[in-house]
Amino acid sequence: MNNLVILPIIIPVVIGMIMVIMRKQIKIQRFLSLFSMLAVGSVTLYLIFQIKSEGIQTLQLGGWEAPYGVSMVIDLFAALLIMVTSIVAFCCLLYAFHTIGEEREKFYFYPLFLFLIAGVNGSFITGDIFNLFVCFEVMLVASYVLISLGGTKIQLRESIKYILINILSSFLFLVAIAFLYAMTGTLNFAHLSLRVAEVGQGGLMTTVAILFLIVFSLKAGLFLFFWLPGAYSAPPTAISAIFAALLTKVGIYAIIRVFTLVFYHEPEVTHWFIGLLAAITMGLGAIGAVAYWDIKRILTYNVIVGVGFILAGVASFTTVGMTGALYYLIHDMIVKALIFLLGGTIIYLTGTSNLKDLSGLIRLHPQLGWMFFVAALSLSGIPPLSGFLGKIFITEGTFESGYFWLGAIGLITSLLVLYSIMKVFMNAFWGYTVIREEDEYGTTKGLLLPIGLLTTLTIALGLGAEAIHDYVDLAVEVLMNPNLYIEAVLGVNPKP
Amino acid sequence: MKEPNDVLIRSVSKVAVVIIFTFAINLFISGHHYPGGGFIGGLAFSSAVVLLFLTFNIETVRKNFPVDFKVIAALGVLIAVLTGVGAMLLGVPFLTQAFDYFNLPIFGKTELATAVLFDIGVALAVIGTSLTIIMSIGDDR
Repeated sequence: MNNLVILPIIIPVVIGMIMVIMRKQIKIQRFLSLFSMLAVGSVTLYLIFQIKSEGIQTLQLGGWEAPYGVSMVIDLFAALLIMVTSIVAFCCLLYAFHTIGEEREKFYFYPLFLFLIAGVNGSFITGDIFNLFVCFEVMLVASYVLISLGGTKIQLRESIKYILINILSSFLFLVAIAFLYAMTGTLNFAHLSLRVAEVGQGGLMTTVAILFLIVFSLKAGLFLFFWLPGAYSAPPTAISAIFAALLTKVGIYAIIRVFTLVFYHEPEVTHWFIGLLAAITMGLGAIGAVAYWDIKRILTYNVIVGVGFILAGVASFTTVGMTGALYYLIHDMIVKALIFLLGGTIIYLTGTSNLKDLSGLIRLHPQLGWMFFVAALSLSGIPPLSGFLGKIFITEGTFESGYFWLGAIGLITSLLVLYSIMKVFMNAFWGYTVIREEDEYGTTKGLLLPIGLLTTLTIALGLGAEAIHDYVDLAVEVLMNPNLYIEAVLGVNPKP
Repeated sequence: MKEPNDVLIRSVSKVAVVIIFTFAINLFISGHHYPGGGFIGGLAFSSAVVLLFLTFNIETVRKNFPVDFKVIAALGVLIAVLTGVGAMLLGVPFLTQAFDYFNLPIFGKTELATAVLFDIGVALAVIGTSLTIIMSIGDDR
């Protein structure tokens, strides 16, 4: 029992509710939102050290023992993701202070942001598949409001699609959970893992596994990503950055958790299928990223390529591939937030997202230009930046498990990603300066701080990858060895 | 808007609202051991308020009952979560509940449980949320 485990969920919830009560005090809300992200970050940092020395930390809510009660489980995989979530959310909040506008701030922007974070953290921590559904819903409901907050025409058009597709996938999720419960009689992840291992993963169980895969694919943007480019380019920059950094990653987390802990017995069916979907996703995403001349479109298609690439590592189902997937997941959360903030800043300054209307920004904004360059290199995995290590390991993993085609597609799409993002860089920053400083729609004052923080982080993660290596290794050890997770939740020698 | 002038619904609902409020509280209290509880109690409570909205109009009710229901919902969630935090302060798992029997002057031997505090939070959250929804749908503005 460790009560700290629940704090990453309840700190944002409690502070968000306090903010709802004092709706008009925007200054206090800003301070409190930053404070809560710092608090979650420091609690998680403490938990990371504790997990490293004492093993996986669990909490049985209300003292009801697993599998009867609701378990909260935090292993290093979840803890690292929560840590990155807090950092990214902190930076997006800093960015939002200057760009989001008073109108949105007064209509509960900060509380909703914190509820979104609470849902994301909850999805990472929960040790129970029904509770995962609940945390997904907390996150989604907050995101429904955030995506439509402000009520511009494009936002309303995209939010109706976003809401419909997510309601459909939530319905499928519930049906899949019902099937699973009918077959195993439990919902606790650890207990599920034991029981599925005992009865064997037959044809019916694998079908349910595929149903779960479809549900999570809808959330993660794996193959079923048709809703994503529109939805992520509609809201203001700070919101679309946090969406790009976190929401698809929660779907990826769910896929990794379910397919390493519960349905890991038939990798030649399920994991092969994940690999196939990942390959198609990377291909289509890269084509989209290359085809468009609109900054927001290019960036959202890059999100899709990232999703495919991470899941290629998962599909390989080797220790190396998983290590790569985890490195790349952490890298992707940071760099997607960074590149969205950068792209949003370009649009904010010039008032257009069409690359053909942009030129020569580097003369006016050298820092912005160079940070964009660093982010672009990091995005496509150029050493020594943070994307490199993940890319190496994932490619190695796919080769090791014999999916050569998957690794090859991953490498080819990396080149296309580099091309697409360099296209943005060259068109926006090189060439004649066509816009005068006084003609710009806004200033970069205050915006460079969060962007700079994230840029530093992506460089530091690349150069100092050795520092987090131990933690990533331990996290992957749990993923590849479900017994560690089961023992932490149910105790040694549990009854199935 | 035309002033509503329905003698029947006015005189019936004046009595009915009191009965529904009492029933809501009854549901809430019996919820500890029997069917009922904070959620259903809160819903019954807000149905009475909706009846008031229908009989008199929304403005009249709000003038006599000047609270923001969004704040009530937030307070409810805060109370519910903070009872869980209270358990944490005592060093037991989050959301652990305790109960004991007390001899109270009028009621005699009574069971008092901390789960009631949690349930009050749930009830307030339900009342706040459902009334906020109904008022945003019902408002013409």
